[in-house]
Amino acid sequence: MTMPVADTGTRLGIEGVHKAFGRKPVLRGIDLTVEPHEVVCLIGASGSGKSTLLRCVNLLEPIDAGRITLGDLDITARRVKANHVRKRIGIVFQAYNLFPHMSVLRNITLGPVKSLGRSRAEARDEAMDLLDRFGLADRARDYPDRLSGGQQQRVAILRALAMRPEILLLDEITSALDPELVADVLTMIRDLAATGMTMVIATHEMGFARDIASRVCFLDAGRILEEGLPEQIFTAPTQERTQQFLQRVVEAGRMGGGRSGA
Amino acid sequence: MADPAPPPDLGSRRSRILAGAGGRWTAAIGPSLIALASTAVVVGLLVWLIPKSKGYEEVKTNFFDRAQFDDSLPAIAEAFKTNIKMFLVIEAIVLVAALVIAVMRSLPGPVFFPLRVMAIIYADLFRGIPTILLVLLLGFGVPALQIEGLPTSELFWGGASLVLVYTAYVSEVYRAGIDSVHPSQDAAARSLGLGRMQSMRHVVLPQAVRRVIPPLLNDFIGLQKDTALVFQLGVVEALNQASIDVAATFNYTPYVVTAVFFLAITIPMTRFTDWLMTRDRRRRMAGGLVA
Ligand SMILES: Nc1ncnc2c1ncn2[C@@H]1O[C@H](COP(=O)(O)OP(=O)(O)O)[C@@H](O)[C@H]1O
Ligand SMILES: [Mg+2]
Repeated sequence: MTMPVADTGTRLGIEGVHKAFGRKPVLRGIDLTVEPHEVVCLIGASGSGKSTLLRCVNLLEPIDAGRITLGDLDITARRVKANHVRKRIGIVFQAYNLFPHMSVLRNITLGPVKSLGRSRAEARDEAMDLLDRFGLADRARDYPDRLSGGQQQRVAILRALAMRPEILLLDEITSALDPELVADVLTMIRDLAATGMTMVIATHEMGFARDIASRVCFLDAGRILEEGLPEQIFTAPTQERTQQFLQRVVEAGRMGGGRSGA
Repeated sequence: MADPAPPPDLGSRRSRILAGAGGRWTAAIGPSLIALASTAVVVGLLVWLIPKSKGYEEVKTNFFDRAQFDDSLPAIAEAFKTNIKMFLVIEAIVLVAALVIAVMRSLPGPVFFPLRVMAIIYADLFRGIPTILLVLLLGFGVPALQIEGLPTSELFWGGASLVLVYTAYVSEVYRAGIDSVHPSQDAAARSLGLGRMQSMRHVVLPQAVRRVIPPLLNDFIGLQKDTALVFQLGVVEALNQASIDVAATFNYTPYVVTAVFFLAITIPMTRFTDWLMTRDRRRRMAGGLVA
């Protein structure tokens, strides 16, 4: 399967990032480098800061200290326009956040037309191509509320892809889905990984993470407590907190096989 | 945001229960029969009681005189055109001006603080003054200033007062709509590289406006009625025309004529608004959480 992926990869650098909401520190010194074509999975308990980290990378939240770089560009520098950065980094949210008043097709073309300045016709053709490839072409004219959760989330992924991002951030994109709808979405992400898309994925699907990740980072209370190859993290974690977390995941029955992702 | 389960159909379950107890016929026709009967009783009582009141004959000749009705109708109809024109022009201006105020008020960050404050002061001020007072103040006050270049027409300043007041009200309606759009919608738009205003225009406002159409129409019903307030300035509109007729004949029937004209436009709008609200409510219940 061919996908519109930037040929030249871009490195994402996160250096000493701190972030607090009010007095509550949420990120407490995050260091992480994502190489081109890498798939980094963020795991960790609810509230450990995964979403906040992704939102900071996409400049939806300002950071308090540290810096984030995209290639050679310090995107957290004052003079950098957030809009320019966001055009290069895609993000998909847990709750899809499709625009309910627009058809599937317009959801996908809005970004390319309004923010990249593509022509309507060109954007529409590309969107139809994308929809076609993922078996959603017949839903192009539908409004989001006519779609299943799994279809909505796949449309949300296509909406991000239509911007041809250099990096894709995925924030627990299967957490709101019924179990039987998860597989389709994960398959799509696997396809993307196979084409070399650089991705940072916050996930609770441990089987999936183990399967797809080049690297896994365990977040605990706003720090990356442990990072390494999936095999190492999942079979021989060195940190006690990681062990405890994985133990709880196993007990909750979420370790599951990679394919089902359940 | 999971797929909403369709709500249980309470209505039909209830009718089934009724049908079980009293048969299908009772369930379907019973309630409307009861409504009909009780309406007949109430109306009958009124028709029977009112003519028995002491002042009935007097009121009948003073307010419901057929000849007076026919006589005053054409002039009031002509004057009522002024009310309609005022309403249409003012409504168009208010729709746009209120949107600007509402958007100003929703701008985040310290840079826009002065704009936000101005918008708040404006809305507080013009919602706080009785409309009739503003009409009198501007309608008599500004022309009296005799400032070069400012219009001196009472109609203009009366209309301007209504614009000021209703812009304040309608901006609050818009603002409630904007606030009701979940911030994640803006985040989704911004994450696609859309600017603040682009997100507002293409994502937030279309959803916000759709949600506030019924309360917006409600405000416009108020505006339609309030066009009568400029009669205090001597502008010849329906109410003023009626007053002229009343003064000439000492019969109040022209007021009733005027009331009929206002009702003729406000009642359809009220019914329409109600219908929209009911439809929206039903959709929300059927469609679940369409954020
Ligand atoms: N906008 C916000 N305002 C205040 N607190 C927030 C906000 N967003 C997240 N938090 C807090 O930050 C912490 C980390 O949240 P989050 O990044 O969503 O964690 P995760 O995605 O790992 O579950 C939580 O305690 C959460 O309550
Ligand atoms: Mg999260």
